[in-house]
This record gives sequence, C-alpha cells and structure tokens, in this order.
Amino acid sequence: MCKDCGCTIAPHAHTHEHGGHTHDHGHGHGAHTHSHEQHPNPQLNDPKTIEVITKILDVNDTQAAHNREHFEKHGALAVNLMSSPGSGKTTLLEATIDHGGVKLGVIEGDLETNQDADRILAKGAPAHQIATGQACHLDAHMVHEGLHHMPIDGLDVVFVENVGNLVCPASYDVGTHFNVVLLSVPEGDDKPAKYPVMFRTADVLLITKCDLLPHFDFDVEKAIKETRKLNPKVDVIEVDSKSGKGIDTWVNYLKMKQSLR
Amino acid sequence: MHEFSIVQDLLHMCEKNAQENNANKIKKVEVKIGKLSGVEPHLLQTAFDTFKEKTICDGAEFVIHVQELVVGCRKCEEESVLEKNTFVCPKCGGDVEVLDGEDMYLMRLEME
Repeated sequence: MCKDCGCTIAPHAHTHEHGGHTHDHGHGHGAHTHSHEQHPNPQLNDPKTIEVITKILDVNDTQAAHNREHFEKHGALAVNLMSSPGSGKTTLLEATIDHGGVKLGVIEGDLETNQDADRILAKGAPAHQIATGQACHLDAHMVHEGLHHMPIDGLDVVFVENVGNLVCPASYDVGTHFNVVLLSVPEGDDKPAKYPVMFRTADVLLITKCDLLPHFDFDVEKAIKETRKLNPKVDVIEVDSKSGKGIDTWVNYLKMKQSLR
Repeated sequence: MHEFSIVQDLLHMCEKNAQENNANKIKKVEVKIGKLSGVEPHLLQTAFDTFKEKTICDGAEFVIHVQELVVGCRKCEEESVLEKNTFVCPKCGGDVEVLDGEDMYLMRLEME
C-alpha cells in the first residue's frame, strides 16, 4: 500500500514513479483515480482484521469425517492403533488374525519399509503400507489414500496402525471410530502421566506384553489409575500376544463394537 | 514433531482467507493453542517463522494465545480451570466435559 496516499495494490501490481513519490498500484481501473468509491471491485484499503475462529486442523477433520463415511458404507469398524515404537502393535494384529473370528485389514504407517504390511500379508490379511517419509504421524488424507488400496468390502475391522510415537498422532483424527493406545510392560507404568495428550485420547488402553510383568517393576493398577485420571471412561484390556493371554477378550470386544456399527 | 505439519495447514488457511477478502498481505496471525492440544507453542513459533517466508504471511507477526484447560462439571454445573491433568471437577469431584484447551484455532487475521 502506498504510504503517501493510501491507495491499494490491485492484481498485476507494479511500481512506478509519479508526482515525486513511489507507490504500487494496479491497472484495470480505467482512468486512474484515488477515489475509492469509484472502484468497481474495491480492494482492501486499510488494514483489516477478520475473525476466523476455525480449527487449524479443519481440513484434516473434514477428511476424517469423509473416511468414516467410507467405513460406514462398508459396515466396517475402524480402529486407530497408537503407541510408542516396539510396544507390540503389529504383533497384536498378528495374534488377532491367528485367533480368528474377525476379518481384518490393516493400513500401516511407518517412516520407512514395508515390513509391517508384509507381516500382515504373510498372515493372509489385506494390508497397505504408507511410508510417511519424515512425517511422525498419519493424517486423515494419508489414511484416505490408503483406503483406496484396501478392499474394505467383506472386512469386519480396518485397523490403522499409526506411526510409533506417543506425541504427534494424538493430534490427528484419522477418521476411525475409536482409539486404542498400547502400553507395553517394559515401557513402564509412568507413561500415561508423561504423555497425557495421547493417553487422554484412548478409548481403550491395552496393556501389552503382560507375561513380562514378573521381570519389570510395572504396577498395572497405577498405570490404569493414571490413565483414568486423564480419561475416566477408558476401557482396559491386559494382553500378551505371544502367549495369547487376553486376546479372546480383545477379539470379543472388537466383535461387540463391530456389531454396533 | 508435527508442528511443521500444523503450520502448513495454518498457512493454507491464511491464504484462503486472504483470497476471500481480496487481501495481498497478512500482517498478523493470531492463534489459540490449547494446553492439551499436543502442540508446543515455541516450536510452533519456530515452524511459523521458518515456513512463512515467500507466502502471504511473509513478515507477519505471529501471536499465540495459550488456552488453559477449561472444564464444565456435569454435576454442579460450575466451570473450572484444570491445573493438573486430573479430569474431575476440582470443586465437587463430579464428571467433567472439556470446554476449551484441547484444540488449536486460527482466531484472527490482520490483512491489507
């Protein structure tokens, strides 16, 4: 904007000199005028403040709602699995497939490699790997892209196995129906208090690798208590994917939830 | 961290609003960041300053309002600010719903 006369910059603005001062203005007004009332399509003349009040992740949230429509159209329950790396998300899915009773497919998110999708495919279930590159989370757009590579028809449950990370994935609705957060015994019972945003998003807390409890100072009651401080309604299931402990309860939970979709 | 992704979405939103208002430049961006939104304000500031260059927000001032966690009690119907991450009513111990402090909002844009 011209500091001397207050006229505005139009599209195709250029700079020129006239009357001894420099300013930017546009063409397209016919006879050049500083009388703003005569502008057919007035530009902003002065700094203008507008109230926006929109969620910064609004576009993601709209996409997430669209993803849910996808799942609902196919009668599939969609579950977002989140946890730190190595807490047993893929192993849980393998055990779930081995148990039988739910037909599942998996959208896998990792920074690199197809290893997780390959493990699911090896068990005979459909899987699609999203390599996020440097991105520390999945968002609704990535999951939507993954859905186009996943035959949802005939599936009971579609899992989104998020990038292993207790921070960033918590901020993104990926369009699933509920969130499952895994906490493995070797990680320690202090994690819910340390990562409140993640554990607050949990609809279900899965305490994994429970057969290791005798070897670690992990207080199950404390982990549950800390998580319920954040989210009093959270359901808790204790599992061990290797021995199969708790997998029956977990599969029944999925079946019950799926029957309600 | 995901602050860079958040800023990309924010910049797109600023560009869209500028277009709708025939503005050529955004001078000031005000956001509200919830204490439990999962975003660290100083990292968001750094991300914004890095990515704003050569966008409509180049040179724009970035103002972050950090929003406390505000809950409403379903039992005594009082509103409170939660100091600790224990989601019960600090006044009566009742069940609460979060009214503010978990989301990130673009609040206000100053443009010309």
